[in-house]
Amino acid sequence: MLAPSEAIGLQAVLRENPYLPAMARIVRIHRMVENNYLFTVRFLDDELARNFHYLPGQFVMLSVPGTGEAPISISSTPSRPGVLELCVRRVGRLTKALFRSRTNDLVGIRGPYGNGFPLDRMAGNDLLIAAGGLGMAPLRSLLWYALDHRDQFGRITLMCGARTPQDMLFRDELVSLLDTRELECLLTVDSDPGGAWPHHLGVLPKLFDHAEIDPARTYAAVCGPPVVYKYVLERLLALGFSKDRILMSLERRMKCGIGKCGHCSVGYKYTCLHGPIFTYWDAINLPEMI
Amino acid sequence: MKILKLPKDKLDFFASVLQRFGEVHAPVEENGEFVFRRLARWSEARLDYQRTVLPLKKYFLPPRETLLEYRPGRGYVPADGGLEARLVLFGVHACDIYALNVLDRVFSGRYPDPYYETRRRNIAIIGIDCRPDERCFCRSMRADFVDRGFDLFFHDLGDAYLTIVGTALGDDMVLATGPLFSPVTPADIEEYKRRSAGKRAAFELEVEIRDLPEIFEMEYDSGIWDELGERCLSCGSCSVVCPTCYCFDVHDEVELADNAGRRVRTWDSCLFSTHALVAGGENFRKSRASRIKFRYYHKQRGFVAEYGRPSCVGCGRCIAACPVGIDITQVIDTLRGVLHAGAQ
Repeated sequence: MLAPSEAIGLQAVLRENPYLPAMARIVRIHRMVENNYLFTVRFLDDELARNFHYLPGQFVMLSVPGTGEAPISISSTPSRPGVLELCVRRVGRLTKALFRSRTNDLVGIRGPYGNGFPLDRMAGNDLLIAAGGLGMAPLRSLLWYALDHRDQFGRITLMCGARTPQDMLFRDELVSLLDTRELECLLTVDSDPGGAWPHHLGVLPKLFDHAEIDPARTYAAVCGPPVVYKYVLERLLALGFSKDRILMSLERRMKCGIGKCGHCSVGYKYTCLHGPIFTYWDAINLPEMI
Repeated sequence: MKILKLPKDKLDFFASVLQRFGEVHAPVEENGEFVFRRLARWSEARLDYQRTVLPLKKYFLPPRETLLEYRPGRGYVPADGGLEARLVLFGVHACDIYALNVLDRVFSGRYPDPYYETRRRNIAIIGIDCRPDERCFCRSMRADFVDRGFDLFFHDLGDAYLTIVGTALGDDMVLATGPLFSPVTPADIEEYKRRSAGKRAAFELEVEIRDLPEIFEMEYDSGIWDELGERCLSCGSCSVVCPTCYCFDVHDEVELADNAGRRVRTWDSCLFSTHALVAGGENFRKSRASRIKFRYYHKQRGFVAEYGRPSCVGCGRCIAACPVGIDITQVIDTLRGVLHAGAQ
């Protein structure tokens, strides 16, 4: 409904195109555990590589040429710019194609999308990061952001659980954090078939028995499979956490990442726009969220 | 506001001038149904039509659309096919214009959709008023009248159309026809008001949307949804014909020869079992009951929270299209307790 004289150059409009990925090169593929690799990618455009600003908890839409596109959470921290680290589990068509790529192959990236963690609200508070299984993928960004901005936070507690030592994502990195005084690092596995795991044994919520947490001055960031939410949330509420101090990162089907395609809606919110970080209070008020 | 009058016997001349502004599309009758399509000649146009099978979203969010091309070595390039076509949609009902205004809110915002917005800019809209049939409940949805979203709007006065000029482009259309349009007289205004009141009184179907979001929340676990889930076939017909259903799927197509390809979006429906399926097999809406509930919830409750009004415009298409006779107005009545569950 624009007069002909006002017509805008079509190519200029299409260049400002939220569906258009920028090309990036896979610079490293690190096999962390069976079916779970860490892909390090760098934008071909140097300026974009240096200035790609994002928040912990945000995600990108990753294109594998010829296969398609899927949302992937960012596992690196914006405090270490230049490359993006994407922790990917081989579960679907797109990730299977990605696992066939080699170093130097090109992928498409657009984003960052989603709200990310509310760092301004969290600053000055203690931090509890509770990750089960693949939940470490988005929470690792927050963990390293907090460690890189150590003076912005009070006590930091990390609780990470996996089925077995072989299943723990970022295991070596997390084990190395056991020795620092920068945070309280608690690692547990459900079972230890090899018998060589020197740390905690048992499900993730049991780590609460070993942590000192002041709910009035702590933000809890939780991510994991549904069973983790169920029992970790129980423990947090029992400790007296306010529901808006509990932050959860959710996963949904997404086809656009920008609030159009409708797939990621929960109740009346879009996971891609209003999330993927939601407070527990949001979750109670939106059906089907967890 | 510029308000003019066009004698009906000058309409075909006006239509011939319109071609200067783009390819003219209007409702025509096909196999006993009405569809919007390009006119071969003006006499095909049926301005007395009842709702078309498909709403106008087909022009702005085509059922299948290439978004990007992929070329090895060049990466992704935006596709621009058909975006610059200039069209004039003649004879659009108020509810369908209202629906486009609803879609505008979805496709603008923080991430404007350049494909939708370019088409919206290049397609002119001329509205026309209508009389409700037994499936129209646009009055209840406050969509029986629009104050924007059109270039011109024609209100029937009997032997002339009272014409509201909505945009500068609409004004250009009026001016391009020379002296066809004339000022309205006090008698024309009286006739407009009489007919407007008459239309409001002509509705047979009515639903109450006040506090509907709250009632949706209260009845979220109601057995009504399971009963609907038993009847619903998950065919998605209601989504296809809905003027404000915009869910889309995106997939890549590869040319075998040289690894080039394209990214295509197609209409999707929240009633399809894969709509909320994520990689690894978790499905957040496995049951048909949960999916049909989600559809109503998003339209009648979710949109209110997000945009201040339901996205439903009361066009009645989903009532006409449902193969098992699910009727949105009866669902709302049942939720409100106006009807007893099962009395449908």
